[in-house]
Amino acid sequence: MSDFLLELRSEEIPARMQAGARAELEKLFQREMDSAGISPSGITVWSTPRRLALIARGLPEATQAVSEELKGPPVGAPDQALEGFCRKAGVDKADLETRDVKGRATYFAVKNIPGRATRDLLAEAIPAIIRDFSWPKSMRWGGASISTESLRWVRPLSGIVALLGKELVECEVHGVTSGWVTLGHRFHHLGDITIGSAADYAEKLRACHVVVDHEERQDLIRSGAAKIASEAGLKLVEDEGLVIENAGLTEWPVPLLGRFEEDFLEVPPETIQLTARVNQKYFVCEDDVDGSGAKLANAFICTANIEAEDGGARVVDGNRKVLAARLSDARFFWDVDRKKTLAEHAKGLERITFHEKLGTVADKVERVAKLARWLVESDIVTPDLIRGGASSSAAEENHHPGSGAGVTKEQLADMAEQAARFAKADLVTEMVGEFPELQGLMGGYYARAEGLPDAVADAIRDHYKPVGQGDEVPTAPVAVAVSLADKLDTLVSFFVIKERPTGSKDPFALRRAALGIIELILKNEIRLEIDYAAARAAGLVFRQHEGQTDHDEWFAEHNIAELYRAVPDFFVDRLKVQQRQNGIRHDIIDAVFQLSERKDEIVGNLARVKALQSFMETEDGANLLAGYKRAANILKKEDWHGIEGEIARTGEEDPLALVDDPDMKAVIDAKMSERHAKELAYEPEPAEKALMDALAKSEPAAAAAIDAEDFSGAMAALAALRAPIDRFFDEVTVNADEENKRAHRLDLLAAFRAAVHKVADFSRIEG
Amino acid sequence: MDRNPQNSFQDMILALHDFWSANGCLILQPYDMRMGAGTFHTATTLRALGPEPWNAAFVQPCRRPTDGRYGENPNRLQHYYQYQVILKPSPPDIQDLYLESLRVIGIDPLKHDIRFVEDDWESPTLGAWGLGWEVWCDGMEVTQFTYFQQMGGFDCKPVAGELTYGLERLAMYIQGVDNVYDLDFNGRGVSYGDVFLENEKQMSKWNFEVAETDALFDLFNKAEAECKNALANEVPIAAYEQAVEASHIFNLLQARGVISVQERASYMGRVRDLARGSCEAHMAKEALVWAEKYPEWSA
Repeated sequence: MSDFLLELRSEEIPARMQAGARAELEKLFQREMDSAGISPSGITVWSTPRRLALIARGLPEATQAVSEELKGPPVGAPDQALEGFCRKAGVDKADLETRDVKGRATYFAVKNIPGRATRDLLAEAIPAIIRDFSWPKSMRWGGASISTESLRWVRPLSGIVALLGKELVECEVHGVTSGWVTLGHRFHHLGDITIGSAADYAEKLRACHVVVDHEERQDLIRSGAAKIASEAGLKLVEDEGLVIENAGLTEWPVPLLGRFEEDFLEVPPETIQLTARVNQKYFVCEDDVDGSGAKLANAFICTANIEAEDGGARVVDGNRKVLAARLSDARFFWDVDRKKTLAEHAKGLERITFHEKLGTVADKVERVAKLARWLVESDIVTPDLIRGGASSSAAEENHHPGSGAGVTKEQLADMAEQAARFAKADLVTEMVGEFPELQGLMGGYYARAEGLPDAVADAIRDHYKPVGQGDEVPTAPVAVAVSLADKLDTLVSFFVIKERPTGSKDPFALRRAALGIIELILKNEIRLEIDYAAARAAGLVFRQHEGQTDHDEWFAEHNIAELYRAVPDFFVDRLKVQQRQNGIRHDIIDAVFQLSERKDEIVGNLARVKALQSFMETEDGANLLAGYKRAANILKKEDWHGIEGEIARTGEEDPLALVDDPDMKAVIDAKMSERHAKELAYEPEPAEKALMDALAKSEPAAAAAIDAEDFSGAMAALAALRAPIDRFFDEVTVNADEENKRAHRLDLLAAFRAAVHKVADFSRIEG
Repeated sequence: MDRNPQNSFQDMILALHDFWSANGCLILQPYDMRMGAGTFHTATTLRALGPEPWNAAFVQPCRRPTDGRYGENPNRLQHYYQYQVILKPSPPDIQDLYLESLRVIGIDPLKHDIRFVEDDWESPTLGAWGLGWEVWCDGMEVTQFTYFQQMGGFDCKPVAGELTYGLERLAMYIQGVDNVYDLDFNGRGVSYGDVFLENEKQMSKWNFEVAETDALFDLFNKAEAECKNALANEVPIAAYEQAVEASHIFNLLQARGVISVQERASYMGRVRDLARGSCEAHMAKEALVWAEKYPEWSA
């Protein structure tokens, strides 16, 4: 048994590609071993910027000989068939053997594959691995690149070390030949290093200032940075992404701490951290000078790749200057941006296209501002947003001082509109131009700097939130109004122009917008009827299009009526996904949300869903569902629609359209009393009577409970039907010979079904 | 009169010339046109095409009108110098050569932290891209290092290595100076500011405020037309010059703030068509000769 070492040396491999390259190397090596029938006892893969290394342990000296038999055509088969078989099997016709298969003489090719030296197998495997290696981006180089067929690698491949035990595995790939020789650190070790075997590889490299194990380098950076920070009386702001990136940029990492001018701390700390991180790959630190909590300190930690002769003083000083130039830029942006008000910046949005069919960002802002105001004026977002304190905490209250209590509806509406008008203004500032990830945040800073109310500044800052699941959800009323309005406008406007998500494609992130709305609504218990809000938002889109030459065509093409269903349905789908992690069943969501008398409101409906799901887990619930399904089946089989159904079939296209019509009510009442008259024509059986009595009590009780949003009360009302319906099925024959009895009993089942439907559409519940 | 290569701006340039000359490069002079980067020099773009070996080094003044700061920013200029080296095919020891050139101008990699940080290069205008790094010296980008993969939409066969040194930055670093205008230009009392400060003030003003925009639009259209004229008459190098001209005029129009976001893409597309068209014509004109001389090569 021997260990195998493979090192592929190249010019600097991008840090972000190294993890993928390690996985790729291991995968391809494993593939080669599998096809040779070799099982290494272990594989280790390492990377540095200049090399990928693999050590496979416990390889045999040679593979076992195997004999392989391939069954061919029967003797006497056409020549072409026989030739084809020989070609496929790679044997001569003369070497075929003949055997008896179920009484037929059949050709067999017997291939004796001798055992092979592992070293020979590896010599073939290495070029195959290199040729098949997949990089996110690869290139050609050097004289060979006169042909586009030349080798491609992430950067020029410069050397191969391949040793099995102490033996060289000889191979050559596009002019690069394997050997014992590698290079150490680019600057600390000039000249070649000769590797003896896998056993001394890492240590020989270490002696030449290369820590080949990437995890060890990560540890050195992680602990080294924390140590120098604490020695300076600071706390490192941990950043695992930076640890990995710096480990991918160095072979001999040396964290060094430097200071920048304290004056730069006037600039918002997020911009300093981002500049340091993104542009320079530096860590930052915090301190707590006055005991008021950790604040960004005027310190950075860079990771050098050398043990500098002067202890790094020059390196630190050079890095300090670069950072100072970057921070000067940030401060320049900060100063320049504040010379204009957000209102002035916002004018620049007229030049930015939001979407060619939806106008500029300024047009969008106009819609969002109107929508935000409307949300407040229609009492959807109220000054006392958080009821009962269930979802608020003291910390959050402190976070938004003065934003809730004591604000009138009119003040809130004004603030919501103002915040909405300025929310996107930072998109045209220098700072956000440089650091797009600071959108919102900078707007908040600029708003505060020009003296806008905190509630408005906070709303500008937070209006993109929540971004994805797990993100903080705004609770301050102004922020909630703007965030809701922004997301509603995005969602509905793209629905209007038929740019809707399909399959995995969601280029405008509409699913995320819907999810954000759902989270805002649930966290703040906002009663928003989605269809109503969608109509309002769509109306704003249409109004902006008024007066334009193609308006008529536009209106014809973008049918607003269809939105009333499409938008709420989209929300129901998103809600199912969002609630899955809470264990809420999608069929129960449908049973509530897809009721024929549906109400597209999420908070109340979801409470009803939860009550229903709990109820379905009880014995009463399960039995009631069984009774419901039995009743529904009978009604279906008998094509019986009950009183409402009968009226529905009296010619009105949409029966629901008339439900609130007083004349229609009179018709229904007349029909009802007609039925009741028939009812009296015979003496109902006791079980029948019991169900009638139960319905007479349960139906109004359930309806009243639903109206009062007492969903457990509604479930209790339904539960009271369980015993009577069971008994009814046990004791009463529905299809009685007498027509009046049959009709009455079918009506009774229909009434039972209607009573259940007051709570939920049980036909959608599975099981 | 000895030179002290660690000090003055001009000595740094001379040291680089000496070094690259000794390493087989032609030492060329700047292209006599206004351009945004050394890459636009025909010694880079056009010579990156085709199979013929080509090793050259030169200084190229670069014009970036929107980067002008009226001489008030310590490190932003609307006119500055790049030192450009093009090595075709890219030699196997190109990184070592480059690091040696840093030592020659006084950067010791055991005192300063030199790093090769991924930075791929793309010029949609030239239909060109390459892979490489920005080279960091103590966290500062001092050189762009690129292996050209495509130019003018054609695969580079063979691949050229391009090194672009930011001369002012390097000099500021070597001299320990925080403001570009304080750079020692000649080691004998003349500063960079003495040479260029007034230029920066006037040119910034002209770029941003004065340049007659109607005339610029007109120049753009004329350069475009002349490029097409040259192409029609099979003089692609002349056509390429007009593409370079159009590109710079476009940059001036940008600085004057008269090109809207929507128009911007359209102007860039027009410049790209000119540059690519010129490269294609150059390729078409030379391809037969190249193929005859280098049988293993094909367009």
